[in-house]
Amino acid sequence: MGRPLTITEKIIQSHTVSETVSPGDIVNARVDIALGNDITAPIAIKEFEAIGVTEVFDRKKIALVPDHFVPNKDILSAKQAKMLREFARKFDIENYFECGEAGVEHALLPEKGIVLPGDLVVGADSHTCTYGALGAFATGVGSTDLAYAFAFGELWLKVPESIKVIFEGKPKKWVSGKDLILYLIGKIGVEGANYMALEFAGSTFKHLGMSDRFTISNMAIEAGAKSGIFEPDEITEDYVKNRAKRDYVFYKSDEGAEYAKVLKFDAESINPQVAFPHLPENSVDIDEASAKNIKIDQSVIGSCTNGRIEDLRIAAGILKGKKIAKYSRLIVIPATPDIYRAAEKEGLIDIFMDAGAVVSTPTCGPCLGGYMGILADGERAISSTNRNFKGRMGDVTSEVYLANPAVCAASAILGKIAGPDEVS
Amino acid sequence: MIFSGKVFKFGDNIDTDAIIPARYLNDSSDENLRKHCMEDADASFSSKVSKGDFIAAGNNFGCGSSREHAPRAIKVSGVPVVIAKSFARIFYRNAFNIGLFILEADTDGMDNGDMLEIDTDTGEIKNKTKNTVVKAKPIPKFMSELVNAGGLIAYAKKKIKEGRNSL
Repeated sequence: MGRPLTITEKIIQSHTVSETVSPGDIVNARVDIALGNDITAPIAIKEFEAIGVTEVFDRKKIALVPDHFVPNKDILSAKQAKMLREFARKFDIENYFECGEAGVEHALLPEKGIVLPGDLVVGADSHTCTYGALGAFATGVGSTDLAYAFAFGELWLKVPESIKVIFEGKPKKWVSGKDLILYLIGKIGVEGANYMALEFAGSTFKHLGMSDRFTISNMAIEAGAKSGIFEPDEITEDYVKNRAKRDYVFYKSDEGAEYAKVLKFDAESINPQVAFPHLPENSVDIDEASAKNIKIDQSVIGSCTNGRIEDLRIAAGILKGKKIAKYSRLIVIPATPDIYRAAEKEGLIDIFMDAGAVVSTPTCGPCLGGYMGILADGERAISSTNRNFKGRMGDVTSEVYLANPAVCAASAILGKIAGPDEVS
Repeated sequence: MIFSGKVFKFGDNIDTDAIIPARYLNDSSDENLRKHCMEDADASFSSKVSKGDFIAAGNNFGCGSSREHAPRAIKVSGVPVVIAKSFARIFYRNAFNIGLFILEADTDGMDNGDMLEIDTDTGEIKNKTKNTVVKAKPIPKFMSELVNAGGLIAYAKKKIKEGRNSL
């Protein structure tokens, strides 16, 4: 019996030839899924061609999701999407999603059962860490890394130390995964988990669903983390059992596994959070944010962070029968076609449109200032997305405030940053 | 290797959106990346930077997106080395993978325009303007092999040539 291991160490070890792994080791790890999008894959494809191999390592283990600037926003974006399409066609890539089937990658791959518990996933997108919610080791890498993974099905990784983050107790009404992760980043800072794995645990997660776990793992990178993982349980099993088309493994951390730090929080005392410009760590309670009377021009509900059906239901519950403030915009972006269709069937799209929102087809669009909701100089947005860096959603003088979908919906109605209790 | 040049100094948490804003990511050509490098941190950077100049920054340089366009933009601007107190993880590995030197060192004593001489083998950074010397943290062995080979793709080609199955 070797040293007790964390779930992260176990998954990495199971993907190497090593007998055991320790934090700091640089290992060569076998990859279950290698992911790229319409911004990062074009460079990866060029680098793949430069390596000089004639085949990809496994046509079933590559995922190509055009989602950032798709449907193509301009001619240059169209060229990038075309590169993905041609590569997918040439190597008969199984998990290529054409516009119409494609959605925001980190919502789409779990939904389709392409990433599963126990997997080792690398993606040329920083929010690849989202799949940690399933109990997978998933981390963001660059395009050159992706090219290497396309060719060899493996990649160099440094085994990270882990920080265990425990949330205990039942969260208050309106408090979601988004608020817990913004609260955590507020406590540890945007560099608080740099190079490390965050491992989430505690009784709070029995009260929340998979969508909250996805949101939390998604924003692990906003604390600098390499990954953000949950031990899989019955909630995970419910989510994956009808989606998986191959076997998967539930790993758990050993008793006595070593952590760089263990942090404990009482979730019952946490309120909805708003992260002020220009860093996700600038989070404050909604009451404090609301009291500042901050006018907004635009509210965005969507993205790999909060564009799931659960998020849209919460937002629709607040917007039902209401109108958004005059001279303000609300943009709702269901993250995948299936989510869009479900929202339509449940009558949510009508609620949004009746309120004065525009509902877009799935895209990352405004989250990164790509298109579909760019801010002019001096404009201010509240957004359910993940980053509020300077100029993130448009002009360098514009501002982004991050919050959960309920706060974004309430703020759209009042035209100022506000909590959901202020409109109900 | 030894490099000499002047410094462009930035603060903490320079994110990849500041290094190369997403609005330019519809084109990964060197020319496009060079033109807009550091634009949202210093709009005049691309017109002022000369080949051989350095970027120095505070903590968490390169945080945010995984876009490899960021270290590429810096490299094609002619900047051979970035020095910061710390780097965000994905930026760190991207830089090594594409063959851009990055050094972790105390940058407090460096100001805009200071002339530096950097030895990437020893990690010694001489500030010739201020007559001071700081030492960078040593680069892990595997990482320096990677950057000395010219990055991950050059490394991969070597691997194929040698008929190896693994790193």
